[in-house]
Amino acid sequence: MKRLKELKPALVCFGIMTILCGMLYTAVITGISQILFPVQANGSIITILQKDGTEKEYGSKLISQDFKEPEYLIGRPAGVTNLSPVSKEEKKLVQERIDWWHSFDPGNPSDIPMDLVTASGSGVDPHITPQAAEYQVNRIAKARGMTEDEVRNIIKDYTSGRFLGFIGEPAVNVLKVNLALDGLL
Amino acid sequence: MKYMIMQDVFYIVVLMGLSIPLGNYIYKVMSGEKVFLSPLLVPVEKKIYKLMGTDGQEEMSAKKYAYSVVLFSVAGFVFLFLLLMLQGFLPLNPQKMRGTSWHLAFNTAASFISNTNWQAYSGESTLSYLTQFLGLTVQNFVSAATGIAVLFALIRGFTAKQKTTLGNFWADLTRIVIYVLIPLSMVVVLLLVSQGVVQTFSQYKEIASFGSGEAQVIPLGPAASQIAIKQLGTNGGGFFGMNSAFPLENPTILSNFIQVLSILLIPASLCVSFGKAVKDGKQGRTVYAAMLIFFAAALIAATASEQLTGPMLNGAISSGSMEGKEVIHGVGGSTLWAVATTAASNGSVNAMHDSLTPMAGLVTMFLMQLGEIVFGGVGSGLYGMLAFVLLTVFIAGLMVGRTPEYLGKKVEPFDMKMVCLLVLTPPLLTLLGTAVAVSMPFAASWLTNSGAHGFSEILYAFSSMANNNGSAFAGFNANTVFTNVTGGIIMLLVRFIPIGAAIFLAGNMAKKKTIAVSEGTLSTSNPTFIGLLIGVILIVGALSFLPALALGPIADFVTSR
Repeated sequence: MKRLKELKPALVCFGIMTILCGMLYTAVITGISQILFPVQANGSIITILQKDGTEKEYGSKLISQDFKEPEYLIGRPAGVTNLSPVSKEEKKLVQERIDWWHSFDPGNPSDIPMDLVTASGSGVDPHITPQAAEYQVNRIAKARGMTEDEVRNIIKDYTSGRFLGFIGEPAVNVLKVNLALDGLL
Repeated sequence: MKYMIMQDVFYIVVLMGLSIPLGNYIYKVMSGEKVFLSPLLVPVEKKIYKLMGTDGQEEMSAKKYAYSVVLFSVAGFVFLFLLLMLQGFLPLNPQKMRGTSWHLAFNTAASFISNTNWQAYSGESTLSYLTQFLGLTVQNFVSAATGIAVLFALIRGFTAKQKTTLGNFWADLTRIVIYVLIPLSMVVVLLLVSQGVVQTFSQYKEIASFGSGEAQVIPLGPAASQIAIKQLGTNGGGFFGMNSAFPLENPTILSNFIQVLSILLIPASLCVSFGKAVKDGKQGRTVYAAMLIFFAAALIAATASEQLTGPMLNGAISSGSMEGKEVIHGVGGSTLWAVATTAASNGSVNAMHDSLTPMAGLVTMFLMQLGEIVFGGVGSGLYGMLAFVLLTVFIAGLMVGRTPEYLGKKVEPFDMKMVCLLVLTPPLLTLLGTAVAVSMPFAASWLTNSGAHGFSEILYAFSSMANNNGSAFAGFNANTVFTNVTGGIIMLLVRFIPIGAAIFLAGNMAKKKTIAVSEGTLSTSNPTFIGLLIGVILIVGALSFLPALALGPIADFVTSR
């Protein structure tokens, strides 16, 4: 019986914590988030008002999409490999990606930035480095009949810098650049 | 390289700056003093005690304290296990997730009540919203609070004079949750949502993708509320499978900084609280300094490895190893996180650890294998570190031929037995688990990589589970009956054996008289002692793990050159 006496506070305490940390906390946070940050809390979906007055959704600005045409900025390889970066399998895979870029854009003499030929951690990295965007400027300009500087300016508009000037890395949002290239953003 | 150094230094400065006020605050909360939230929370606290049928004042013996911890954890385990199995029949399940297998439910329940958050599943394809917030979020809070409560029981053991009690577990737990964890989480969560971490009960979003025109599914859920406490409570379990590498869990550079800061914030602050509680700030600074030295050394080694030993390929620019990393975090932000998450027993990731270069992989593994004491888990890191402090005092005492003492208490055979349980349980179970796993005939089928790196995947998995970390070399296929069951048992043993040892150590310490400091007393707060402490930790870690590390990451490094 003495043992059982301890059971009551254990069960009641667990029940209270479940209500407090599970239900109340989550509900309050969800409520505040939905009021203060409705776009962010729901997946940062890019919604654009169309000419006919309806709204169209183009995807989340945080999730990469697959682009394969020369007139679009192309992002990082999709998916996650979990391969050791110094393994034979990984070297073979990266070499295949390098070869793909060379056949896709044969006239490009530059070396390919590393992020374009390696997979990300999330598998859906929405960003590429500014170098990786610059690598594609000439091709996009040609395919679209734009000048290189027009393309560069659009890329610049959707490039984010380091936080406080020194934390993290500068990055280009691929989906936003492509929407802007098509004149949608 | 310049920016990496700047951001690492800035990180450590901000961490230390915040740990002092927060450490003082936690000390006040745990000693029952008034804090700025008291007017608001005292009535809530009283109400909770009333419902529990205690007054929160009743002092518990070591036995009763330990018994309460176990009962509370068992209640959490049973509830979570049932929730996982039955989620298919329960509401708030917009994606119609079915119940999990028994062995996955067992592993996950063991993992979350033990503050490990090892995940053999991917959240967005396995769990209902109800399971996430009613099961996992709750354990994120209470398993963290349990660790901190046990730490304070141990501290009271050191400060008490000829007492038989250690405080009240229910009051400790309640106060940590409502005064520390919930308020801090509220701040962090709103910052995270403002950056784009999702927080909603709506179902997953399906959109025709602009790029290919194909349907793209964007997973959603009440994520931010769990992610805040996942980082603050050194839990580490991702709401989504890709954890904090996934942009909806960690969208920007700022959200990344907030999260990586949250990982070490409470463990670092507790060093300050410890100094306050034993009325000798120097004792707190000693353990803090030892932890910082390990952390800085690991950070330098891992960053150098990632930046300088990445692959070189014809036709691609060599700019550090980017495989498994997000562009916005780069080598610097990913490595800082990898070191912080394995130094603390957090285990969340913002890059894939399987794709770390061999030597950086070694650093992360070794940080776990040291027993999760370089900051470590909330509470558990510091009580683990204090066990090493006692071991150091004991060894130093043997060398000079005096009875060892710490904080004015004699260290005697019973205390050393408890210290041995605290220090030796994790390495023993790590090696045992690894050995059994590699001897399984079908072990090779669990691996993504081959050769030495394949062995590293197994060694990492068991180092992670047997030290309550929870991160993974994610190429390792964890959702098998063997790993779920053995891993689940290991996580429980490695959590509750040290907890029991810490509480009984506290009980025994509390009973003793305090002896005055004399000429011959070994100082436990000078640089010599910090050096000794680091030496002891390294020797125990190296003796236990060098052979295994030689077969894994070291062989990987040498053969890939």
